[in-house]
Amino acid sequence: MVTEAQVWEALAEIPDPEIPVISLVDLGVVREVNVQDGQVRVDFTPTFLGCPALEVMHDAMADQIRALGAEPQINVCLDDSWSTDRITPAGREKLRASGFAPPAPREAAAPTLVQLQSNAHRCPYCGSTDTRLENIFGPTPCRSLRYCATCRQPFEQFKTI
Amino acid sequence: MNEQEQQLLLEIADDELILGWRDSEWTGIAPLLEEDVAFSSIAQNEIGHARALYELVARERGITADELAFDRAPEDYLCAQIVELRLLDWAQTIARHYLYEEADAIRLERLKQSTDSEIAGLAAKIDREEAYHRMHAQMWHERLQDEPRYVSALNELRPLLEQRGEHTSELGQLLEEMTMVRRSQPSGTKW
Repeated sequence: MVTEAQVWEALAEIPDPEIPVISLVDLGVVREVNVQDGQVRVDFTPTFLGCPALEVMHDAMADQIRALGAEPQINVCLDDSWSTDRITPAGREKLRASGFAPPAPREAAAPTLVQLQSNAHRCPYCGSTDTRLENIFGPTPCRSLRYCATCRQPFEQFKTI
Repeated sequence: MNEQEQQLLLEIADDELILGWRDSEWTGIAPLLEEDVAFSSIAQNEIGHARALYELVARERGITADELAFDRAPEDYLCAQIVELRLLDWAQTIARHYLYEEADAIRLERLKQSTDSEIAGLAAKIDREEAYHRMHAQMWHERLQDEPRYVSALNELRPLLEQRGEHTSELGQLLEEMTMVRRSQPSGTKW
């Protein structure tokens, strides 16, 4: 019989399809795991609604659960329950080590342009805060582009959601 | 979910789908590389929002989100005329972006207060993403607000925000393009 701990472990092996250095569990998209009579229900809270990786994540989770010999049921939660605050401390460190600046904590109010343009964002390569916003948008919906004036390196900053 | 709520969600979903399609037309040809990236990303988000909204309505009606998005007759779409236009002028594109984001913010704020927790929850999630669209629109608005071409684009487009029910001739053509693969190779649109 499959246990919840085994399911969490199996899900922690699935890399994020676009940023494979972190796992789906590190990313915080698995909200709950429930095991009952060989049926495994996973509450999946998507990152950005337009993220093309969502289907890949969904199917990868179902495959992992089938590999454990259980029947998967992936329940997609279309609410505000995913936030970049759900990325685990280990996940944030893995992001930083691969050149993605981890997101700032979420605040009650939406982020503002002034915050984005401030130099409170640290370069993931050299640690300097002498960085500037290049583009609110980046290669995927979850990232912005910044430039570090100290080490003269452009880098990707996770948007706070 | 009552009929009125379904209509409101469909109205927003149709706006986001059609605008997302129009925004994606800048992919590869925007006047600046940064804007090529920005409009492509915004388009992707808008279509993602449309999809999530269609999912909620489709479940109520016992059909799929794709059927709602692609299989209705042009006259059954509830989008506003402002999102239908194929704008190839940058000042007009930014004017539409600014006007739309301002109006969308008011609508989302109301939707977040819905007594239906599913609707309120989805509206909150969409709004978190839209905050970045609004910043982008605001940035361009500040940059262009004294430009006569931009000001006249704002004045021309503003009334179209409220124009629903009657469609422009451009919507039919857009839907033809958008559903071409689905009509000719239905299996090609399955995940």
